[in-house]
Amino acid sequence: MITLTHYLLVSAGLFSIGLYIILSKQNAIQILIGIELMLNAAILNLVAFGKFDQLNNSGQSFALFAIVLAAASTAVALAIVLNVYRRYKTIDPGKINQLKD
Amino acid sequence: MMVTVLFYIMAAITLGSALYVAGSKNLVRSVFMFFVTLFALAGLYVLSLADFVAITQVVVYVGGILVLILFAFMLSGRETLSGLQQQNNRLISVNKLPALLLASLFFIVLVNVFLKANADDANWIKQAVEQHNVITPQTVTINNLGVNLMTNYLLPFEVISILLLMALVGAAHLSRKEEAV
Repeated sequence: MITLTHYLLVSAGLFSIGLYIILSKQNAIQILIGIELMLNAAILNLVAFGKFDQLNNSGQSFALFAIVLAAASTAVALAIVLNVYRRYKTIDPGKINQLKD
Repeated sequence: MMVTVLFYIMAAITLGSALYVAGSKNLVRSVFMFFVTLFALAGLYVLSLADFVAITQVVVYVGGILVLILFAFMLSGRETLSGLQQQNNRLISVNKLPALLLASLFFIVLVNVFLKANADDANWIKQAVEQHNVITPQTVTINNLGVNLMTNYLLPFEVISILLLMALVGAAHLSRKEEAV
């Protein structure tokens, strides 16, 4: 029998892996992938708890909202990454150290 | 029984491919392993009886976000890719040690919290089980989900749609050529 704790543990693992990717990578796109992993861990929790709400479907509805939000944020982040690459010729966030041009 | 085995397989694929994404030196390969992670996560959603969310995950993440990421990857130049590849040839370099330490400590804290929280014995979950408010494999969730999206969650739905419109306009504005201003 799969209990809620199983899902929680899987999502804890995913979240920590995402955190590691964000902290250790030197590439903006890989950091974005780490953020997506952390968002997916949260969505997994929403879905797992949503099983216990058949009438209102709150977990599943907000999982859908979270997926849409992730899509929107990715689109904006990638546009920013491309702009940064055009201006600085690198996408290492550690090397981008000035706001004005 | 079958469900349990499938759950463990899916969880292993998810965590394994996520670990590969974290550890791989080849950037393109790590992006494609991220694809595998998202598919396995969709499988996990199906196992927790959220079929519509799983389909949305496949359509939005695998179809949309991953293609976007690959596009950005190819547009941001090959020389950065090869330069990054040669930089870190060792398995665990010293500058990754703090990240590894922080992530593993965070994992330990999270696991402790989850094991002590004992989510299966929470009050509202017991109540839901008593009132048969639990999604079973026989229930059709999509009808109810659609009705709820248009009644209970109408305000978040509209707010999300406006935010999506704003984000898309913003992304289009950001990626415009600057000479055109």
